Amino acid sequence: MKITRKQFLRLSGLSVIAVAAKKLLRTRTASGANSEGEKAVRWGMAIDLQKCRQKEGCNGCIKACHSAHNVPQFADRAHEVKWIWKQPFEEVFPFAQTQYTREIFAGSPVLLMCNHCDDPPCQDVCPVGATWRRDDGVVTVDFHRCIGCRYCMAACPYGSRSFNWQDPRPAITTVNADFPTRTKGVVEKCNFCEERLAKKLAPACVEACEEKALLFGDLEQPDSEIRKVLRSRFAVQRKPELGTGPSVYYLI
Amino acid sequence: MSDRPFILGGLIVFVAFVTTPVWRDVSTRRIALVAPEIKLPAQEKHCVAPISYMRTSHMQLLDEWREDVVRDQQRQYVAYDGKVYDKSLTRTCLGCHGSRGEFCDRCHSYSGVSTLNCWSCHNDSPLAARSVR
Repeated sequence: MKITRKQFLRLSGLSVIAVAAKKLLRTRTASGANSEGEKAVRWGMAIDLQKCRQKEGCNGCIKACHSAHNVPQFADRAHEVKWIWKQPFEEVFPFAQTQYTREIFAGSPVLLMCNHCDDPPCQDVCPVGATWRRDDGVVTVDFHRCIGCRYCMAACPYGSRSFNWQDPRPAITTVNADFPTRTKGVVEKCNFCEERLAKKLAPACVEACEEKALLFGDLEQPDSEIRKVLRSRFAVQRKPELGTGPSVYYLI
Repeated sequence: MSDRPFILGGLIVFVAFVTTPVWRDVSTRRIALVAPEIKLPAQEKHCVAPISYMRTSHMQLLDEWREDVVRDQQRQYVAYDGKVYDKSLTRTCLGCHGSRGEFCDRCHSYSGVSTLNCWSCHNDSPLAARSVR
């Protein structure tokens, strides 16, 4: 069979149109499925330092977290394991003080925990992929995978990670059977209560705070409680200049 | 001809030496091989998968559960019979099987298979939900 030039051009033109139409259809259906799927979530927390200061020596959130997650309490500070803790204001926000504010804020404790960064340096340095940022913004650790090299501890600019230098079990007073303990040689930190988020519960620290100083919510949702507060009040992050993008905000 | 006792004696010693494994085997007491006694759950008749599968492949299942919960946030397991289980070693597995010592360990020590160190982190006493040490 002999094909004329006209027939050849017509055929090739039609095939190009057919291929383009198929591609277009495929991208259309794919984007349609995406918009129907789950909305993007990014969990975040706002800590109201004014409310947090109200009751002196209050440690309700810390106790609730550490007992829920079987965090060991070692007397020796060199072996300390902590998920949530307090540090003096001037150490946490050295940039946010003048000689006059120092008079009121000096020594006032600030609640600290893992910042669940947008771009977590701990994830970048982990050689075995044991720590990573989930799609909902929670930075988690796979204790099964962790080899205890402590690169993540060196990389974290917030000191949020602790290493188990010894078997933590003897140092846990009350064991919560629903949460595993850790073992000697793994790194651990706050997990934003991902086991509670799975049950649609707020983190243990948020629930335990009687002053309602901790606000937890979805940062991606413009009308969520936390976004409203962050819009209406002045909030700071820890070390924002590093570009890690913390999800924990402090209302000064 | 005067070498005969030496040759015979040497032969006897040689044969006795070569056959020592046989004599040792005969002289030792027989140990009866009894399959390990595993304590099965009293109230439940079905596991999360058919028994034959669990017997050969429970480690793969546990590995999948671990990846699902830790990595993919999928905590529910739909069993072959349509029942839904929590992917939890402490709650679901030990919830029925009760004691790790009377179930896991008996078979593992019988077959000489080392257990992964599950229990250095996971709680093996599910009944005491909040036990005080």
